[in-house]
Amino acid sequence: MNTKLKRRLRRIIAAIALFVAVMALDETGALRAVFGDTRGLYAAFALYLVPYLIAGYDVLIKAWRTVRRGDAFDENFLMAVATIGAFAMVAFPDSDPHMAEGAAVMLFYQVGELFQSYAVGKSRASIAAMMDIAPDRATVERDGRLVTIDPDDAVVGDILVIKPGERVALDGVVVQGTSRLDTAALTGESMPRSVEAGSDVVSGCINMTGVLRVRVAKPYGESTVSRILELVENASERKARTENFITSFARVYTPIVTFAALAIALVPPALGFGAWSDWILRGLTFLVVSCPCALVISVPLSFFGGIGGASRQGILVKGSNYLEALSRVDTVVFDKTGTLTSGTFGVVDIRPRDGIDGGRLLAAAAHAEAFSDHPIATSVKRAYLDEAADGAKRAIDQARIESAAEESGRGVKAVVDGHEILAGSDRLMSAHGIVCPDCQQAGTILHVAIDGAYAGYIVIADTVKDDAAQTIADLHAAGVKRCVMLTGDREKTARATALELGLDEYRAQLLPGDKVTQVERLLESARGALAFVGDGINDTPVLTRADVGIAMGAIGSDAAIEAADIVLMDDKPSAIVRAIRIARTTMRIVHQNIVFAIGAKAAILVLAALGIANMWLAVFGDVGVAVIAILNAMRALNCGAADKRP
Amino acid sequence: MRASFKLDEIDCANCARELQDKLAALDGVEAASVNFITQKLTLEAADDAFDEVLERAIALIARVEPDCRVIR
Repeated sequence: MNTKLKRRLRRIIAAIALFVAVMALDETGALRAVFGDTRGLYAAFALYLVPYLIAGYDVLIKAWRTVRRGDAFDENFLMAVATIGAFAMVAFPDSDPHMAEGAAVMLFYQVGELFQSYAVGKSRASIAAMMDIAPDRATVERDGRLVTIDPDDAVVGDILVIKPGERVALDGVVVQGTSRLDTAALTGESMPRSVEAGSDVVSGCINMTGVLRVRVAKPYGESTVSRILELVENASERKARTENFITSFARVYTPIVTFAALAIALVPPALGFGAWSDWILRGLTFLVVSCPCALVISVPLSFFGGIGGASRQGILVKGSNYLEALSRVDTVVFDKTGTLTSGTFGVVDIRPRDGIDGGRLLAAAAHAEAFSDHPIATSVKRAYLDEAADGAKRAIDQARIESAAEESGRGVKAVVDGHEILAGSDRLMSAHGIVCPDCQQAGTILHVAIDGAYAGYIVIADTVKDDAAQTIADLHAAGVKRCVMLTGDREKTARATALELGLDEYRAQLLPGDKVTQVERLLESARGALAFVGDGINDTPVLTRADVGIAMGAIGSDAAIEAADIVLMDDKPSAIVRAIRIARTTMRIVHQNIVFAIGAKAAILVLAALGIANMWLAVFGDVGVAVIAILNAMRALNCGAADKRP
Repeated sequence: MRASFKLDEIDCANCARELQDKLAALDGVEAASVNFITQKLTLEAADDAFDEVLERAIALIARVEPDCRVIR
């Protein structure tokens, strides 16, 4: 609580104490006993004015300013009219005095306003804490000395020195040192990332273990952290339909209620239904409920909370409209490479012929391909090294290779440990008179023959990401009807992947331009919204065409951040499921607030018109509803955290 | 050009919305947004007239929300 709020709190407590004292004097009849009946009433009137003015003088001043400016319908103005009206009821001798009510309404209103400011301040603080990924200083080497500067003053080429526990201030490349980086603030991923000389590092990560020297690659304004902050802050400019609805609702609600209040106060008594005082009081009660603040605060706050909560999970949402659309998604279209698959080749299957050990087959292939840097050779070598038992250091021993030669695009022929090894396509095999089976498997097949005899084959394909199948299952569980994969792959490969991952549909052999057409066709048949997930490379037109364009693995990719509506910092598809959950939770909170706030106000308006609701209830209908709606909206801030992996 | 300023402080969401409507209607303002949650004013106006428009916007804020200061 800041000093301003504390001062307000003290003022309100003093006013409440005075109010209770005056009320005690009034209710016990002490005033009447001293001053007599009529003068006692005026004494009470004067005494109630004191706590009223202490609590509400600022409201009255603000109301006066509004009147002078000539625009009515301001909250302060309405509250002033309502409470002054309540005091003025003293002029109607036929009704009970309402000074106590007038003063109490002002007090209650101020308590509510205070609580509202407090709640808003709290949510602002938690949003600020969430945005606290920006480093406030950077240590750089200048003329051989270390100086601490504002990250904004660092220039490209500067050498940053980052100690353990410090935040990476600018995007750059490690020139010296090894360490692990905590990227949780950016990606929501709890596994630390290892970096060494040559690795790219992005700003906002926290250095955990070793000292790093990093060459700055981008000025601060273009670094990841600035871009994220800018994006999240500007997200409030692209408003959801719900948000626009609330704004237009607020524009018409207040004037309508104010005129209705006027009509209630004047029309029925003028026509002779009941006393003036009664109807005027009902009209005043109406006025109290006429501020739409509960809605105007809580709906954007919920969206902001949802967007902020998502950004904590490495999901950047560029506007509440996209969050809204995402919550309605029932079709998710994936561009295969880079989203469901890692886009790098790897060994997916080893099929030795009977009597031959799989490990031997792989070892033979890896050694034969030792001098090649073709993607197939690289993945075979990597598989061979990775396959080693935990802790065992395995290396390709070049001394064992006596000779190796490429055979014109078909494969290699090498002599390893005195054995002649052939590794390559079926054409290589037939060129050497070796019969090999006709494989139906998807991917690239590497046949291996040892000493002129067929030994088996290795399948190399784009590797599916670890959590891809789980993501599809989770999406289905979350109510997504269709998961569709688009790929340029051959039919056979596409079918195998689709089957493996549990996708509902796939479209194979697509040229890049075909993807837009396919998405358009799917858009026509989709009942809910359609999300397209791509890696942000070459799929800008599709990203813009879909209801929600999602780019993955965007850490460091400017093009993707630019083109997409939702950016996943990580390259894990499971973030899509989390994003949809956050979107749904946020929308649920938004709808709760709308129904609750409009419902409560409508109910109180009806009760007030019927003369059942008093001003106390009306004040609750104004500030009480606002506070409850704010508290509910604040849940949206945490909806990402609840879902976070341990 | 487009620039953002901190507001200290705008304490009612509906007031922020009304202020935004009024700023947007101001002469020379291409776009205006008052963000209640981040307490930020974003103003967009032609480059050559920006300072002048900003002055007018600040004057308007001083009139409509006397308790709110624009921090430059």
